[in-house]
Amino acid sequence: MRTAWQTLAALAASTALVAGTAQAQDVKVGLVFTLSGPAAALGEQGRNGFMLAVEQLGGLGGLEATISEVDDEQQPDVAAGRVRELVQREEKQFIVGPIFSNILQAIMRPALDGGAFMISPNAGTSNYAGAECNENFFVTSYQNDQSHEVMGAYAEREGFESIFLLAPNYQAGRDSLAGVKRQFSGTVLSETYTPLGQLDFSGELAQIAALQPDAVFAFMPGGMGVNLVRQYEQAGLGEIPFLSAFTVDESTLSGQQAAALGKLAGANWAPDFDSDHSREFVAAYEERYGAIPGTYAMQAYDAAMLIDSAIRAVDGDLSDMDALRDALRQADFDSLRGNFRFNHNHYPIQDFYLTGVVQRDDGAFHTSILEKIFEDYADYYADACEMEW
Amino acid sequence: MTNLFLLQLLNGVQLGILLFLVAAGLTLIFGIMDFINIAHGVLYMVGAYLVATFAAMTGTFWLGLLIALPAVVAFGLFLEFFLFRRLYDRSHLDQVLATFGLMLILTEGVRMIWGSSPIFVPVPDALSGSIRLLGIINYPVYRIAIIAAGFAVAIGLYVLISHTRAGMLLRAGASNRPMVSALGVNITWLFAAVFAFGAMLAGFAGAMVAPVLSVDPGMGESVLILAFVVVVIGGIGSVKGAFVAAIVVGVVDTMGRTFGPILLQMVLDPSAASQTGRTLAPMLIYILMALVLAIRPSGLFGRRGAA
Repeated sequence: MRTAWQTLAALAASTALVAGTAQAQDVKVGLVFTLSGPAAALGEQGRNGFMLAVEQLGGLGGLEATISEVDDEQQPDVAAGRVRELVQREEKQFIVGPIFSNILQAIMRPALDGGAFMISPNAGTSNYAGAECNENFFVTSYQNDQSHEVMGAYAEREGFESIFLLAPNYQAGRDSLAGVKRQFSGTVLSETYTPLGQLDFSGELAQIAALQPDAVFAFMPGGMGVNLVRQYEQAGLGEIPFLSAFTVDESTLSGQQAAALGKLAGANWAPDFDSDHSREFVAAYEERYGAIPGTYAMQAYDAAMLIDSAIRAVDGDLSDMDALRDALRQADFDSLRGNFRFNHNHYPIQDFYLTGVVQRDDGAFHTSILEKIFEDYADYYADACEMEW
Repeated sequence: MTNLFLLQLLNGVQLGILLFLVAAGLTLIFGIMDFINIAHGVLYMVGAYLVATFAAMTGTFWLGLLIALPAVVAFGLFLEFFLFRRLYDRSHLDQVLATFGLMLILTEGVRMIWGSSPIFVPVPDALSGSIRLLGIINYPVYRIAIIAAGFAVAIGLYVLISHTRAGMLLRAGASNRPMVSALGVNITWLFAAVFAFGAMLAGFAGAMVAPVLSVDPGMGESVLILAFVVVVIGGIGSVKGAFVAAIVVGVVDTMGRTFGPILLQMVLDPSAASQTGRTLAPMLIYILMALVLAIRPSGLFGRRGAA
């Protein structure tokens, strides 16, 4: 039902757009996010972050922006079909999205074959960072492994001797644990993979209780993470350090509340990042959407700023793809996380932090930067990318 | 390893208790009314949503539970009066089609009212945290409370069915429905009562599980299939059978999920072992069901010759 309405809305938007194109040049952007199902909160953050930037800029690069958003329903085939429509029928020049890596794999070809620039504000798979890197594909988030590597490096530095690894059984889950193990040289007591979407972790928590590891690392995005963290506290395992990535963040904290206090995570930004630009963004986002933005919103906001900077650099001339690409590569915008530039594979080189959970005076929970773990960190796969510029 | 075994045994019993609460209603409705209700899992889901809503409105879980239970019963009676009553005399296929459709409609209805994002219910303060059971083992108090509540309901059911007049009618209805009707018992009233009772048990299970798991629109379907397996293994119409079968299914499922991958890890790499273990674990229950049916075709406590 919901999707039918969205399709209708998209159709209406596209007809309005056809009528409007005759008057002035505008930039056509298609947003692809997961906006329904258990992970809808992540997609909403991405969409909101992007739209906030467009509202503040009054368009993109001084041009009128016609933006349509589609819901990928977290299903690769649905996403591929909708993106094909966006680039072919609506002639979108930029596709921004998605949240999930398996969706990225599905929409990459339709978007690029349609002649659009593809900008990912979250998913950053290893294949597109390495051998399959593409000149028209940019990532404003990270390479997927990096936030997990942060936690592996932290566990190594803290001198933990044994660790229990927990992730859903799909590609990103396996990549995640590979990332941790790349940085951690201690004993891995167990590498436990649960079915994607599992909500009762009593079996896994019993194993943790029996093995008594020095630390637990978990990658459980969205609703899975909410359940895991709550049950972890209920099971009385609070004394065992809980390291994570995408498990304790602004998309899950409203469900986890106090159970998340003391849980650690790796990230490239947190809402209390120390810069005026970032503080203004957080305040504006809260004012507009009534929630604290997480990295999903921050990265999508930066994606809009990136597009804006590139269009300004070419004086609004969208016909010259090569000039536009060169401008995108410069990343000549003020990123919310400060230190940001593109590596030769179009993935960012940036800093990574250890984050914890704090409660604000008004009762709201958010993540907070504890310390910098990696500086100017480039991803592991970039060497395999042959692109040069 | 012993610790892990004991913990998983508790987890298995806890899953079994929840399955029992859902399956008890299912087996009564199936056994006494000869009615297949695919929408039974919806009542479990509705119970969880109602307790989430009322707990949020009143501020306490207990008050929420107190309001949610009669609400689920009312909802069950509403369905019985307006829909199921018309289906009792139809074939099983018609019943399956109608209740399956109803399940889809209600699940989508829940999605429209509460949205598709999961809802979370805080654990009541009195039952939060965990206690030390044996040595280093901690176990959540709330899960122990679920087990205790489940056993209390099971004992209550036993007394009700074996030692009261209403229970006698239930047993009589399960073994020979036309005869009970011929003896002048108001079957319409009995059916409505059984249905309301089954709805309350399923709703209670949903309400109990809400603080442990997130409440989402798909939760009913996942429990329904297991509940049907329990009903078949236990013997249709037998509450005692449902209890034994539910505990067995819960324990086998939990143990298989944990120890399957551990054993397989000796021969396979972790990712593959986990994958294989988790594919095999759900099959264990069906293998068990097949074995039981091969030896006792009418289930553990089913009467020989009964359908």
